[in-house]
Amino acid sequence: MVALTLLVMASAFPFYWAIVSSFTPESRLFQSPPLFPADLVLDHYRTLFNERNFWVPVRNSLIVAGTTTAFCVAIGGLCAYALARLEFRGKSLLLGVILAVGMFPQISVVSPLYLVLRQLRLINTYPGLILPYLTFAMPLTIWLLVGFFRQLPAELEEAAMVDGASRLRAFREVIVPLALPGLATTAILTFVYSWNEFLFALSFTLGPERQTVPVAIALFRGQYQVPWGQILAAAIVATAPVTLLVLAFQRRIVQGLTAGAVKG
Amino acid sequence: MAAVRLEGISKTYPNGHVAVRGLDLEIGDGEFMVLVGPSGCGKSTVLRMIAGLETPTGGRMLIGDRDVTALPPQERDIAMVFQSYALYPHMTVRENLGFGLRMRGATRPVIAERVEEASRVLGLAAVLDRKPAQLSGGQRQRVALGRAIVREPKVFLFDEPLSNLDAKLRVETRAELARLHRRLKATAVYVTHDQEEAMTLGGRVAVLRDGYLQQAAPPMELYRRPANRFVAGFVGSPEMNFLPGDILGAAAPGPGLTLGVRPHDLAIVAAGAGDLDAWVDVVEPRGSELLLYLRLGADRAGAELRVITAPEPPIEVERVVGVAFDRARLHWFEPESGQRVEVSR
Repeated sequence: MVALTLLVMASAFPFYWAIVSSFTPESRLFQSPPLFPADLVLDHYRTLFNERNFWVPVRNSLIVAGTTTAFCVAIGGLCAYALARLEFRGKSLLLGVILAVGMFPQISVVSPLYLVLRQLRLINTYPGLILPYLTFAMPLTIWLLVGFFRQLPAELEEAAMVDGASRLRAFREVIVPLALPGLATTAILTFVYSWNEFLFALSFTLGPERQTVPVAIALFRGQYQVPWGQILAAAIVATAPVTLLVLAFQRRIVQGLTAGAVKG
Repeated sequence: MAAVRLEGISKTYPNGHVAVRGLDLEIGDGEFMVLVGPSGCGKSTVLRMIAGLETPTGGRMLIGDRDVTALPPQERDIAMVFQSYALYPHMTVRENLGFGLRMRGATRPVIAERVEEASRVLGLAAVLDRKPAQLSGGQRQRVALGRAIVREPKVFLFDEPLSNLDAKLRVETRAELARLHRRLKATAVYVTHDQEEAMTLGGRVAVLRDGYLQQAAPPMELYRRPANRFVAGFVGSPEMNFLPGDILGAAAPGPGLTLGVRPHDLAIVAAGAGDLDAWVDVVEPRGSELLLYLRLGADRAGAELRVITAPEPPIEVERVVGVAFDRARLHWFEPESGQRVEVSR
């Protein structure tokens, strides 16, 4: 119990510090530890959105992460369903290859990907980020969803097909509703991954008009000073959607992560 | 309604396992056909092939006059009751019952009317808005049944639908199924491993073993004239006794045959007055009758003989009694092939 409390405090403290600091005036940031702040100001947030136009990277991130998630769940869902249900030669090999693709260190593919994207004239565009994200997020999606689909009894869709549904309709009417917790969990993980991704976003964008949140924050530091207050404020803004998402779907995620552990 | 015809149907799985070998079987229009056999005999595979959930690797399958061998399940107009019921857990009973009609494009009023009727017949009216998880085992079973009957399909398929019920409910539902079939006059194929269920339900019973059809006949025919030793042993309870044919001396129609005799066709008489003498090993009272386990041979180490006899007069264990064989009800089998040997009288 004590250990748990300490662990929670240890992991929560940086967040607390960041939140408090983001509301502290620049002048007092480096004074005595502002453990219990006296006066809080919205200065950093105002600068962030008024002067720095932080709306643009937030919008970019939402578009890129949202689209990646949508494609991943839709396409990955169908792939995973096929892999979970159909028997064909080389299935385990295919699953292995899919997993291997997701295991490549990102840094090793940045340069080739850059060349490919330049050939396709996709540098500094949304598709130029979404496509690479898909290649990395899709394997994870597929692996997670194959697991979820396998837990659903095959007799359910057999019953649906005998009842007159095509395979695709059985998937939509019977399997998808039952796999919702799994789909939600997978969607959130994909979204968080795309939202936080830094290396590709840095490499494949050229200017602030297409930069995502992590890149924008990293490029805040000027030549002579680091605007810590704004960086912290931006970090809070960047964390907010993910936190809200996770809180909103918390029950679903827990359901998803433990699905099949006990018979429901 | 329609007849189902299987012509030389085979199924070999990719791993080389042969589940069904050259099966020829015709299920008449409105007939209740039971497929029975020990586990692994191929009966469920046959049912799944009729449903279209498995594709035969050889042969032809017809429903009515239509060749359905390569058709997917949704185009066969069949209904199936699964062993696990396979109710859709996220739908209410009403939605479960109406699902098949909805998939086939029935209009809302038609669906409502048919669901209403089926729920009345099956006593589900009170639970129409519940989800399957809130139902008892018997209710779930009836929903699975209802989902099949609302559709009025060409053929009903049942995959061991009673095996998840307790003994009492199973007997009740068995009778209900028989009534339902009489009312619907529908073609039905029913898979079970329980020979008693097969005998009580089947208009005809097909016995399978290792993917081969052993015999397809009405229940009493199966009981009285089993085609081979396997069917003889599988059908009827307690199991038929098998003895060396020479045990009855000159009664054997040929040398070296195996004699089969049902426990009901043996009578207990005074020692020395019957065909053989035997030692009483165990007596099991079954209420209306006694089941005796006898030992043959002077040293009590011979074959075991099961005998059903009336509870009166009582029979004491560890005594020698005489056993009389009903000569009109003996079965003779080839020792190697197990085939029945017909005795002309």
